[in-house]
Amino acid sequence: MTELTALTIAEAREQLKAKAFTAVELTEAYLAAIDQANPVINAYVAVTHDRARQMATASDARLAKNEGGALEGIPLGIKDLYATEGVHTQACSHILDGFRPRYESTVTANLWADGAVMLGKLNMDEFAMGSSNETSFYGPVKNPWRATGSNADLVPGGSSGGSAAAVAAWLCAGATASDTGGSIRQPAAFTGTVGIKPTYGRCSRWGMVAFASSLDQAGPIARDVRDAAILLKSMASVDAKDTTSVDLPVPDYEAALGRSVRGMKIGIPKEYRVEGMPEEIEKLWQQGIDWLREAGAEIVEITLPHTKYALPAYYIVAPAEASSNLARYDGVRYGLREQGKDIVDMYERTRAAGFGDEVKRRIMVGTYVLSAGYYDAYYLKAQKVRTLIKKDFEDVFAAGVDAILTPATPSAAFGIADQELASDPVKMYLNDVFTVTVNMAGLPGIAVPAGLDAKGLPLGLQLIGKPFDEETLFATAHVIEQAAGRFSPAKWW
Amino acid sequence: MTLIDTRTPEPKRLIPGATGDWEVIIGMEVHAQVVSQSKLFSGASTAFGGAPNDHVSLVDAAMPGMLPVINAECVRQAVRTGLGLKAQINLKSVFDRKNYFYPDLPQGYQISQFKQPIVGEGIVTVAVGPDKQGNFESIEVGVERLHLEQDAGKSMHDQHPTMSYVDLNRSGVALMEIVSKPDMRSSDEAKAYLTKLRSILRYLGTCDGNMDEGSMRADVNVSVRRPGEPFGTRCEIKNVNSIRFVGQAIEYEARRQIAILEDGGSIDQETRLFDPGKGETRSMRSKEEAHDYRYFPDPDLLPLEFTQAFVDELAADLPELPDEKKARFMAMGLSEYDASILVSERAIADYFEKVADGRDGKAAANWVINDLLGALNKAGKGIDETPVSPAQLGAVIDLIKDGTISGKIAKDLFEIVWNEGGDPKAIVEDRGMKQVTDTGAIETAVDEVIAANPDKVEQVKAKPTMAGWFVGQVMKATGGKANPQAVQALVKAKLGIEE
Amino acid sequence: MSVDLDTVKRVARLARIAVTEEDVSALTGKLNSILGFVEHLDEVDVSGVEPMTSVIPMEMKKRIDEVTDGGKAADIVANAPATEDNFFLVPKVVE
Repeated sequence: MTELTALTIAEAREQLKAKAFTAVELTEAYLAAIDQANPVINAYVAVTHDRARQMATASDARLAKNEGGALEGIPLGIKDLYATEGVHTQACSHILDGFRPRYESTVTANLWADGAVMLGKLNMDEFAMGSSNETSFYGPVKNPWRATGSNADLVPGGSSGGSAAAVAAWLCAGATASDTGGSIRQPAAFTGTVGIKPTYGRCSRWGMVAFASSLDQAGPIARDVRDAAILLKSMASVDAKDTTSVDLPVPDYEAALGRSVRGMKIGIPKEYRVEGMPEEIEKLWQQGIDWLREAGAEIVEITLPHTKYALPAYYIVAPAEASSNLARYDGVRYGLREQGKDIVDMYERTRAAGFGDEVKRRIMVGTYVLSAGYYDAYYLKAQKVRTLIKKDFEDVFAAGVDAILTPATPSAAFGIADQELASDPVKMYLNDVFTVTVNMAGLPGIAVPAGLDAKGLPLGLQLIGKPFDEETLFATAHVIEQAAGRFSPAKWW
Repeated sequence: MTLIDTRTPEPKRLIPGATGDWEVIIGMEVHAQVVSQSKLFSGASTAFGGAPNDHVSLVDAAMPGMLPVINAECVRQAVRTGLGLKAQINLKSVFDRKNYFYPDLPQGYQISQFKQPIVGEGIVTVAVGPDKQGNFESIEVGVERLHLEQDAGKSMHDQHPTMSYVDLNRSGVALMEIVSKPDMRSSDEAKAYLTKLRSILRYLGTCDGNMDEGSMRADVNVSVRRPGEPFGTRCEIKNVNSIRFVGQAIEYEARRQIAILEDGGSIDQETRLFDPGKGETRSMRSKEEAHDYRYFPDPDLLPLEFTQAFVDELAADLPELPDEKKARFMAMGLSEYDASILVSERAIADYFEKVADGRDGKAAANWVINDLLGALNKAGKGIDETPVSPAQLGAVIDLIKDGTISGKIAKDLFEIVWNEGGDPKAIVEDRGMKQVTDTGAIETAVDEVIAANPDKVEQVKAKPTMAGWFVGQVMKATGGKANPQAVQALVKAKLGIEE
Repeated sequence: MSVDLDTVKRVARLARIAVTEEDVSALTGKLNSILGFVEHLDEVDVSGVEPMTSVIPMEMKKRIDEVTDGGKAADIVANAPATEDNFFLVPKVVE
């Protein structure tokens, strides 16, 4: 028998049903793998051994009665920004020290209702602000991938770095993640995993620690396209508790796999050929185009003229919303409190001690752009630019394009504590250049591994779809996956 | 907002200073708690009181990841209020975040409406008075806007030497902020506006208007100027919680500002607090930092949109409001004074209408205003605590009308019903309070009085108005029960006085 | 637009984050780098463009007016650094 942790969700699901092994056995296999690997990889910030075993035992009871749900007995890792009742929930920030919510997020509640098992909480950039998982209060996550012949530690990407690393290193069968500017797709691309950010409004945000409300969206990171489809089906729902959750039934995404792309129009946006793009990325993109053409899709060059404004607009909208969303961390009702000589002093000391540098920078930028006199010039303008970005996509879709193919990231995974990136925040922000337009327009985007670079590091392609047309993305990504194969790191930890 | 002066200075409203007359300019921001079961964006109760943090949901406490979902009833109530203020209803409005830090503001922002409120400009017609002649002056106070927003929690500072206690029960309760234009020119006008506004809200059932429970509070903007000059610098007196205090605060504040200006000083634009104990206002916040609320549309919410049909439906179901009711009462023959008093509270108007149903309106108004409201006032009771029901008061009036009792006896009867309750008709019967209409008995009494007072009989021949004295004597002799008209007729006949 | 040291101090105060002189000078450089980057938007003409409010046109969901929550003061204060009798305690606020 192969290692239990090597199984995809789809495979484990069938074998659990067939009683080839029990949910408890599967869970124990993962817990053992985590206990062995986590001191090195640092993907988990909390491992819930007892809860995992209890949930697995309950799953076995349901499986025995053939009453199992869609994810019965499947062990998952949960990004630390999902509220999990009674369990560490800090968005990897010091300011939420000791916070144990008395509630469960809608997304995780959906997963548990389908029988999934919680292994623990996954590392992430603090409040999901980062592209390398280095802003976490709990320290960086190590990418399970290393360049051929190198022992240098690489970042797994961010902000869902723990999720991506845990999936790539087989420390969970699948993981929840979240994406505000690329936080699912970029780490997925850096770790050879599949990550989908669904349409804004597809998954409930209730119980997710907010970063930028108009951009945040939950989604899964998984080992392959099928697993991503299975997970998203469970995570997504219509939620009366989230005003921005959209009232549309959740389709069976898995059923879209195997759907032919013959006759589909795939758009190739010329604006994504950015200056200084590594040749390898260019090559990978062309490879993706060829695969889809061979599968019968029609390839069309398209233009998305406002693309280059997406990232600047993002760095107004996201910090502005964050500055307000993070105002609740004030040392009064939960988390860290630093003593002060009066209330204002208490606030200032608590927030100075509780937030890391990147979070502080973004709060400062957000506060500044919203402050008196600047609202129209910055926030309002950026929200109008979003309308233009969205319209670019609408025009393309109206012209008959079914999905858009782009690179997922401008590079492969980079080194931990990269000096050049640390010195200028904007350089780090450029990691999201291909992913952020999708958040700005609220569209669905999937990152799928498509190959390895010369150093043996995974690279991903991104597919962008019409609002609520995740099915086309799964079908198309599946075609790429079939052509490219799957990628797993060699175990060194 | 551009301030437009809608009024012409009138000498009678001016405040004399040492160096000449001054005009006071008043605008008001009234915070009215919306009548609803649950809060504006959560399912927690709005009930007054409650154990600490008991009426609090995870949303109200701003737990991480919590999201607001708007209460449909609060939207309805705001639209109904806008209709009652004859205001523009905006089919699209936007909720914004007003960002500031305070321990009773858990989110670190208040969800409010800044640029696009649910209700735009409207008008409140205010009857100021009555003056000594019983006359009212009608003025119009413009409404700038009405918007929905969240109330804050409550901090208590006197429980502990170094700590404040925070209770979030009120956090997230729906408020309507109703902003007037600077259209008031005296404390009487301001009090009359607030009274009228409260009455409209109570008629609509959109706010209970209980100022002592904090469900209605006023921020009063006061400035002074020489008549005809531009508006002066204003001070905002925050959270005044009674109509009387509004009057006192304005009187104090206007004189304070006049004194400063006459001394050659200038007014600092600032927030002040009214101290009811001392009857004065004092500066509330140090000017260490200007507020910068960083308003922006709340990304957790969508624009609030509804159709004109929705508005029309609410308009069709609106109850009759005080102005219309007053006009109808005056058409029934009531004086403006009486009508104004009767419509001041919906419950009084309802009471009156029950009494007046099928009876003479003026008689009903007199009894309700003079007797019922007089007695309630004396007993310190509200109309809802009246011991005399409309049916009982109506029965008293009927007994006068059909001649069973005299007006004087009726007053006694009212007092008995007030104190002991019971059916007025049965009381009259049981206690022998019926008017004597038997002419034989009255005639005997008249004869006796004439026989006993020959001197007066002589006098009356020269001075016919003396007949009243005989009537009085007969009434006295019959214990007030004789029908006064019958007595009068008989006295005149017996004394030979011509009609 | 760029910010100077005083602006950074003022913004830090608005955001209720204590900063040292050292923080302020480090922040000033980084904020200016970010603000310089976002200034690319100056090139875009947004006249007549409405700000984005939702991905697809939709009406805002509303709740029915009923009491469905509350009565859990212990849960509300469970994570608080200082409480008494289910009140939150904070350093005294002086007005």
